[in-house]
Amino acid sequence: MAKIVAGVGSSHVPAIGAALDNGKTEEPYWKRVFSGFEKSKQWMAETKPDVAIVIYNDHASAFSVDLIPTFALGCAAEFPPADEGWGPRPVPVVKGHPKLAAHIATSVILDEFDLTIVNKMEVDHGLTVPMNLLFGQPKDAWPCPVIPLAVNVVMYPPPTGHRCYMLGKAIRKAVESYKEDLKVVIFGTGGLSHQISGPRAGLINSKWDKSFLDNLSKDPKKLTRIPHLEYMREAGAEGIEMVMWLIMRGALEDKVDEVYRFYTVPASNTAVGHIILENRRIARHKGVEERPSSRAMAGRKRPVAAGKSRHKQAAARKPSQRRVSKGKR
Amino acid sequence: MARTRQDYDDIPGTFVFDAERSREGYGINMFCMSLMKDENRKAFKANEAEYLKKFKLTPEQTEAILKRDYNRMLELGGNIYFTAKLGATDGHSFQHLAAVMTGSTQPDYAAMMLAGGRSVEGNRSKSGKDKVVKPKSKPVSKSKPKPKSKSSAKRK
Repeated sequence: MAKIVAGVGSSHVPAIGAALDNGKTEEPYWKRVFSGFEKSKQWMAETKPDVAIVIYNDHASAFSVDLIPTFALGCAAEFPPADEGWGPRPVPVVKGHPKLAAHIATSVILDEFDLTIVNKMEVDHGLTVPMNLLFGQPKDAWPCPVIPLAVNVVMYPPPTGHRCYMLGKAIRKAVESYKEDLKVVIFGTGGLSHQISGPRAGLINSKWDKSFLDNLSKDPKKLTRIPHLEYMREAGAEGIEMVMWLIMRGALEDKVDEVYRFYTVPASNTAVGHIILENRRIARHKGVEERPSSRAMAGRKRPVAAGKSRHKQAAARKPSQRRVSKGKR
Repeated sequence: MARTRQDYDDIPGTFVFDAERSREGYGINMFCMSLMKDENRKAFKANEAEYLKKFKLTPEQTEAILKRDYNRMLELGGNIYFTAKLGATDGHSFQHLAAVMTGSTQPDYAAMMLAGGRSVEGNRSKSGKDKVVKPKSKPVSKSKPKPKSKSSAKRK
């Protein structure tokens, strides 16, 4: 059976891609950003997912204003990098997982989420920048196949945070009903606070971002109640991208371990946020070894009060497992 | 036709790209989309006004494009991810466009970003209706154990 073992949240600022592509990673400005992902790359190398599901948005690359699908699932065998005006990014072609993607599409649509199926699509920085941040810069091929899920956050209204969260749950159900043993990591990308349009451009709200990350770990349901107006007011017109993180979160257990977090301002016009959340029960499942990763990350940035909450976390483990098994069909 | 008032029109300095603007700005955005091809960029640069005739644009939209009035383009239905392609055609970075839209210079804008960006304080609302984050807790009746925030109540 396939399993989602962890969720990754990451900004997808295009300037990060440009810095990588133009060899600026050692410049102090960019080093500040990239240093925050060193441990994450290590974590990803240890986790070795068989498939990554990447929730992102297209930025007028694959979709113009002719068609604006709210949720578009990439079912193709491959997704070439898009030319965003400076030539395609020098990254490997993204290989898909058509079989699992078709399974997810079927399961999720029958679960009443009306996805758009995409059999031909180019992918832009929204997808490839987070992949670079977590997988590094492979020359020939990415280490695992990827299923892209493009979400409309460009035209108002994007799907609500609640809808995104519930879609995440449907995706998890779909993955868990796939027969083959696959270890899946799901990415939520975009954000955090930023506004890049109009006279209010440059808006950053670190306090709001921090609270978002805190709740993402501990109380995601609270985030599902945030209205769009609040995202735009507090986190900037383009900060509304953060609803995509809730798809990732919805695909995880109710209780998760936050194994890593990073936040810095700015990358170009944007607050960079990053988080890694692991499902707690994964170590108990067949085919998934004990997680050395969590241990490797211990002592790293863990803004969650680790000492105090450890007992609470342990106590929460059993009920969370019960809830999970109850949910199984 | 006058634009329908929306709650988010209260956010200062912001033109939300909604379904109505998406329809109005179709020509602007498809023009910008055409600039993804090098031959189109060259044709546009060779004769801008002539090139724009290929798209369904109002005189106001054409003027905004020719004058590179980025805020006006947004107001008339352009979207930033599309108009950024026009900026790129002119050889400008995204941050340059952001500076232009805020009436600043790029060095000043970049310095503001390095110092933590534009504060949300004083930038939430035109009308003062910005009590979304800190809703006033109203006197609670005994039957209600918890004061409901204005925002969550609104969603019902």
